Amino acid sequence: MKNVELLVIGGGPAGLCAAISAAEAGVDVLLAERDEWLGGQLVKQTHMFFGSEKQHASVRGVDIGKLLVKKVEEYKNVEVMKNATVLGLYEDRVVTIQQDGNYVKVNPKSVIITTGASEKTLVFPNNDLPGVYGAGAVQTLMNVYGVKPGNKVLMVGAGNIGLIVSYQLMQAGVDVEAIVDASPNIGGYLVHASKIRRMGVPILTRHTVKEAIGKEALEAAVIWELDDKWQPIPGSEQKLDVDVMCISVGLTPLSELLWQIGCKMEFVGELGGFVPTRSDKLQTSLDGIFVAGDVAGVEEASSAMVEGSLAGLSASSYLGYKIDVVKELERDYLNQLNDLRSGPVGEKIRQGLAKALISEQAANPGQGS
Amino acid sequence: MRIEDHPVLEFKRGKKISFTYNGEKVEGYEGETIAAALHAAGVQVLSYSDRHRPRGFYCAIGNCSSCFMEVNGESNVKVCIEPLQEGMDVKTQKGKGEIV
Repeated sequence: MKNVELLVIGGGPAGLCAAISAAEAGVDVLLAERDEWLGGQLVKQTHMFFGSEKQHASVRGVDIGKLLVKKVEEYKNVEVMKNATVLGLYEDRVVTIQQDGNYVKVNPKSVIITTGASEKTLVFPNNDLPGVYGAGAVQTLMNVYGVKPGNKVLMVGAGNIGLIVSYQLMQAGVDVEAIVDASPNIGGYLVHASKIRRMGVPILTRHTVKEAIGKEALEAAVIWELDDKWQPIPGSEQKLDVDVMCISVGLTPLSELLWQIGCKMEFVGELGGFVPTRSDKLQTSLDGIFVAGDVAGVEEASSAMVEGSLAGLSASSYLGYKIDVVKELERDYLNQLNDLRSGPVGEKIRQGLAKALISEQAANPGQGS
Repeated sequence: MRIEDHPVLEFKRGKKISFTYNGEKVEGYEGETIAAALHAAGVQVLSYSDRHRPRGFYCAIGNCSSCFMEVNGESNVKVCIEPLQEGMDVKTQKGKGEIV
């Protein structure tokens, strides 16, 4: 059994920032990452980020990842386990990890769970055909491995991921035939949508997929229009000659470990599914168990980074580390999150968080154990 | 199917390595996954379900389990995250696969 002060599960934007923030406070951190590299899904984000300077706005996601990894590696008090999948998180706080075929048991005093989210799928006939891929999967294939997913793409979903991946497909020399979205409105930022429309790709709102066609792989897709009650209009079908369909209909938190250890969970549609209830400083219903990033509610990488920093700070306080500027830092992180979630774009997130937040929990992370 | 010119990215591919796919020799690059190498070689069907439906990858980051193949005799390997290695024996998986 390996004893550690703080275990951070997941080395994406939230986990890296959590590790940095706790290490800065003097905590000994063990960071477990399932992949062979750190950075999570930042590795495929070739677009420049929004937000403010504090969240590295105007820097490409992939480069933000590199900056964070470099910083983590500079801390002597952060041990990184790569290729290490956390298998179980038990009630007695024993954590089991599989690394390179070995089974490792860890006993942490505190845990920050930053496992991220997984792409949702959409129900229609033949949605299991090869050629029907998550939009993020196509992004990985193109931007990480330099492989084209196919020749002609139908993008399903006009949120930011759908719009950004469509643009990146065109950068990679792949044709995007159309973007469809069941909603009457484009969900993503107008700046992305305009860029795509200027390149001649139609964005068809109130449209969805009727079926995929193909034997061994996707050969065509049939889309149709929806009426005011979101019902398909017979006769409005259009057949598109595509060999790839990208599904970009949102993500859902990868919350298995939270369920297993027994965190109180709440279904919050605005946040992508079941999420843990948490204090504003990101402690779950369980003492010393914190969350940050998409697993706490699907948003985007900028807020995941800030949440990671905040959770790292909360865990440090929980572990009894005295940080001179803790109040100032907390206020700064909370302000950054408020800014990122402000305006009409953040409305859904704000509504969702209102359902997941517990005002003051039995165990206050500021009080220590 | 490989991207050669890209306005933002430069792909530094590793050394060429060869492996077998259903007994046939296929080439890929060090540093990529089995799924990426197969996709670049035009292979989309990775397995057949219990009901004999073709399956490809879906998430490409190890979450969804849609990409199981038989690798070096071991079933249910997530090829979307499994690094390609010289001489690997990769086979289309049928059904749930044999668990030793």
